[in-house]
Amino acid sequence: MRKRIVSNGIVIVLLALAFAIAPAFYSNESVLFQMMVFLALAQGVNILYGFTGYLPFGYVGFFGIGAYGASVSISLWHTPAWLAMIAGGIAALVAGGMLSPLLRLSGAYFAIGSLAASQVLYYVVSNSNLQNITNGPYGVNLAAVFNDRASYFAMLLVLIITTMFVAYLRMSRLGMSLVAVREDPISAGMAGIHVVRTRTFVWLTTAVIAGLVGAVYAWHISVFYPDTVFDLSISIFAIVFTLFGGGATVLGPIIGTVILYGVYNVIGVSDPQYFQLIYGVLIMVLVLFLPNGVLSLLRRRGIDVP
Amino acid sequence: MSHNLLTVTGLTKSFGGLKVLAGISFTVAPGEILGLVGPNGSGKTTCINVISGLYKPDGGQVIFKGQSVTGKPLHVMAKAGVNRTFQIPKPFKGLTVKQNIEVVQHRQGAFQVVDNPLEFVGLQKFQDRDASSLTSGQQKLLDLARALASGPEMLLVDELAAGLNPAELVEIARRLKHLSERGVALLVVEHLLGFVNELTQRVIVMNAGKEIFEGDLDSAAKNERVVEVYLGQ
Ligand SMILES: Nc1ncnc2c1ncn2[C@@H]1O[C@H](COP(=O)(O)OP(=O)(O)O)[C@@H](O)[C@H]1O
Ligand SMILES: [Mg+2]
Repeated sequence: MRKRIVSNGIVIVLLALAFAIAPAFYSNESVLFQMMVFLALAQGVNILYGFTGYLPFGYVGFFGIGAYGASVSISLWHTPAWLAMIAGGIAALVAGGMLSPLLRLSGAYFAIGSLAASQVLYYVVSNSNLQNITNGPYGVNLAAVFNDRASYFAMLLVLIITTMFVAYLRMSRLGMSLVAVREDPISAGMAGIHVVRTRTFVWLTTAVIAGLVGAVYAWHISVFYPDTVFDLSISIFAIVFTLFGGGATVLGPIIGTVILYGVYNVIGVSDPQYFQLIYGVLIMVLVLFLPNGVLSLLRRRGIDVP
Repeated sequence: MSHNLLTVTGLTKSFGGLKVLAGISFTVAPGEILGLVGPNGSGKTTCINVISGLYKPDGGQVIFKGQSVTGKPLHVMAKAGVNRTFQIPKPFKGLTVKQNIEVVQHRQGAFQVVDNPLEFVGLQKFQDRDASSLTSGQQKLLDLARALASGPEMLLVDELAAGLNPAELVEIARRLKHLSERGVALLVVEHLLGFVNELTQRVIVMNAGKEIFEGDLDSAAKNERVVEVYLGQ
């Protein structure tokens, strides 16, 4: 246990340091920012999928709602940026509450249901009838509050808090309860665990995480359209990064995101066709041969990974 | 005011058109062992499923310590002091044997039935293994240990005997009796009478969702209807 606290602590401190000092060495700050976005989203997917088994293909819905929650707060109520970030988290929390009946579904039904739900959110936000609130399909301009430094560090904060929460789940009774619910909800009930409440808590937590990430993302890029922040490939990326590294660990999504998003930036941006090829093959190989991610290779050798 | 721990009255449950419980009633006193026997498919597991809160009954009542707990969810039953094992074991396979016990939320105010549930069922030596590496018989014992960890007053045991060897059977019977001496009531479901005989004389025999006999085991073995349903299999 002691060892776990130390190893998790080291991972988190290194993560924070890396992104705090990287801008001094690496000029393309937007790549770093995007990587933090995916690190945090992958950890969100990790919490939901790794610990409870729900695969949220529509996870981007909360990201988009967070982005719009923050935007509406700024453009309509002229709140300061930090308050708008909180508004984004609250918007995602409300959306998560409304969508919590999805938790009654399981397996592929949940995955498809959450996908459909994210599309519903997208159509609501981009509807031109809501133009005076969301500006409908015409997008958002937050140039008035633009601050790339502050938003960079806000994202780092969200990332670190999220990662700390994953580390907490790894080491706590709550995390163990979640795994129990994932493994067998009936036995979990007999173990005295309030299954519905536990699942709902995790669902809302992951919604808030995506909402905060979306809100800070909106702040950072300042100009965007509904398609930008409800883009399904955001969900897919976060899921693949998590699966690659391995769920229900702290390190898995970090390794997955750093490697795969790194590869994407080297190959994907200039030659997307190669990227898609490699990527497709990788997903197949993973699902077939390594369903618990690359970290499971270490765990099979008895190495305890954070 | 009765001194019964568990009172079940007129429980009914159907699946589709199939009436699986057709009005089951019985009582269990604190620390008592009641055998619930009957041929396969007679509704024994369903009876446990309804009492433990896995299924809501269509009719009838489950009263525990004088309060109706009919149709209450599993975690409420566990916290009230009713727990169970499963005919097809259901451990948390992704957790270690020890974690399977650690995850249990011990009932507030419950006395410690056994100090170390894993040791009690003889699985202490496997505590750091994954639960999935245990045999089916051991997994049933792990279910039992998990149930004990919650501090139950009423334990519903579903076909624990199947999958254990004769030596293990004798040992587990001894331990179940020890539990009843500590004040834990047991409802022991078996379709074979031999194991029940080790534990108690008081049995209910079920057939096709109905009670066909209540009384002591020796008379049950001589009862015409009981013999008939067992031979009729
Ligand atoms: N969830 C269910 N859905 C449909 N039928 C069920 C279900 N559970 C049990 N049954 C049916 O109820 C009958 C009694 O089953 P069960 O209670 O398991 O009997 P026993 O434990 O005495 O062998 C069987 O015919 C079984 O097929
Ligand atoms: Mg049965």
